[in-house]
Amino acid sequence: MNKELISLEHISKYFDGQMVLDDLNLTIHENEFVTLLGPSGCGKTTTLRIIGGFESPDEGRVIFDGQDITALSPNKRQLNTVFQKYALFTHMDIAENIAFGLKISGKSKNYIQDKIRYALKLVNLEGYEHRMPDSLSGGQQQRIAIARAIVNEPKVLLLDEPLGALDLKLRQDMQYELIRLKNELGITFLYVTHDQEEALTMSDTIVVMNQGYIQQTGSPEKIYNEPENAFVADFIGESNIIDAVMVRDELVQILGAKFACVDRGFGENKPVDAVIRPEDVELTDPSASSLSGEVTHVIFKGVHYEMEVMAGGFEWLVHSTKMFPVGTKVGVAVDPFNIQIMNKPASEDEEAAGIND
Amino acid sequence: MTQRQHPAVRGVKKLYLALIIVFLYAPIAVMIVQSFNQSRSRARWGGFTLEWYQSLLENEEILRALGNTLSIAALSALFSTLIGLIACLAIVHMTKRARTVLLGIANIPMLNAEIVTGISLMLLFLTLGIRMGYGTILLSHITFCIPYVILSIMPRFQQLNASNYEAALDLGASPPYAFFKVVLPDLMPGIVSGLLMAFTMSIDDFIITHFTKGAGIDTLSTKIYTEVKKGIKPEMYALSTLIFGAVLLLLMLVNRPGKKEKAPSR
Repeated sequence: MNKELISLEHISKYFDGQMVLDDLNLTIHENEFVTLLGPSGCGKTTTLRIIGGFESPDEGRVIFDGQDITALSPNKRQLNTVFQKYALFTHMDIAENIAFGLKISGKSKNYIQDKIRYALKLVNLEGYEHRMPDSLSGGQQQRIAIARAIVNEPKVLLLDEPLGALDLKLRQDMQYELIRLKNELGITFLYVTHDQEEALTMSDTIVVMNQGYIQQTGSPEKIYNEPENAFVADFIGESNIIDAVMVRDELVQILGAKFACVDRGFGENKPVDAVIRPEDVELTDPSASSLSGEVTHVIFKGVHYEMEVMAGGFEWLVHSTKMFPVGTKVGVAVDPFNIQIMNKPASEDEEAAGIND
Repeated sequence: MTQRQHPAVRGVKKLYLALIIVFLYAPIAVMIVQSFNQSRSRARWGGFTLEWYQSLLENEEILRALGNTLSIAALSALFSTLIGLIACLAIVHMTKRARTVLLGIANIPMLNAEIVTGISLMLLFLTLGIRMGYGTILLSHITFCIPYVILSIMPRFQQLNASNYEAALDLGASPPYAFFKVVLPDLMPGIVSGLLMAFTMSIDDFIITHFTKGAGIDTLSTKIYTEVKKGIKPEMYALSTLIFGAVLLLLMLVNRPGKKEKAPSR
């Protein structure tokens, strides 16, 4: 793991007495692509703004490169932000926009010229120096905003839902652009989004947030395959979250049928939640499984069929490339390592706080 | 889009439009024509002359009044724009409720009868024992121009992208630098139109000036009023024509087409 670069220590923030962040702790390393992911109002943008210096926390400290910058104003921080609405200065041309930060830091004319050319090349917009921001498309404006931020050679680039206003195709292209940029620049990206696909595609580390708490931190694979609680499981992709009983280690009873799993250490006969991704549900011959049911809905989704199967009193969501017509009697089977077991939260608040037992 | 219409229908429409324009502008046209009329009698055309304009320019009292009008207009435009701009800065940072209330209060003087504003300002000056003169006219003009300035700057503020200021800070700008380099240029069209509006309103004003000017000082409008009471002289037509021309020019500047952004909606 690289050196620690940013560390948030016990950050709390209230707006008008309303809790937005509660005792948040987060460490970001050098050259890491970290994504704060969560529904709107979860505190992800506030966290970013606290790091950028646009909000100050009510409690806690922000450590940047070993120094406490909690009280430092945004213009003195060694990081730059790409805003959701681009925030280009409309009365300046592209070159002046990009040169804005460099002029303030008193760089020479030649240096600025070189940097503008370099930055435009980096974002594939060579020759746009003297265009006005209004004459560019949304995607181009966003790339200029990125160019304007990175010419200042920040150690961290903060990105606040930068692709939110773009259409789907452009968004996907920009995701690859951002990964490429990050690799070329070798700096830390801290990215805020509510789009789970964006987070899974680009990040080294995803921080899932809800109601001011961090729910889970980990690599995209870990977050997707081993969600720690029902919120994460539900927010990242689709899933079947089913009441279950952990009979003993590596054996779980779901809807009356026993399934082998790989989870241990939950105790015996303990109520738990079992999470099974729709693409992990295998539909078999009814006789081949201890749990059987009937297909109730089929929708063609392009890459796969989305089916609903009523089995054991639960409506299973199933993704499969193989189609079973409505009314087919099927058996439900799941590979042991595709069953993710989670403790049940005792209350909704606890669920938000991510406290398990 | 427009359907083909019977020529008669189109003819009637054009006639109607022409009539409206005639009703609106005939009086002014008559005045302009009379200002070039050599004959003192309004009923007869005595030939074209610039005599009235000339004697107007030789009339020192009128020139002094013109000077007062212009300097009061310029100063009150400047101060009211400055005060209005600062007020807008404060208003946008208020809660929505406080903002609505304050903007409502700022709008009242515009709807208030001018004579009420004039008399109440006069009363205020008298009560405070301020000698009426140039200063009181200027103060009054600044006062009644502020709401118009706020009205023209406020929509600009509301259109501002709040991230622009933050983006400037983020790029290392100090708060004042960010304001003057990034925020102010975006507000400029509103500020300019507020300035011109205040200037026009000030030149245009008669009633409030009349009540707050005191003795021994006149602006063009009060001067014309006094002159006309003594008897109508053709110089006054010339003067009114000049004022009309100046105001027209200013209005054309304020509403000039081809501005990049759409004018703020009123």
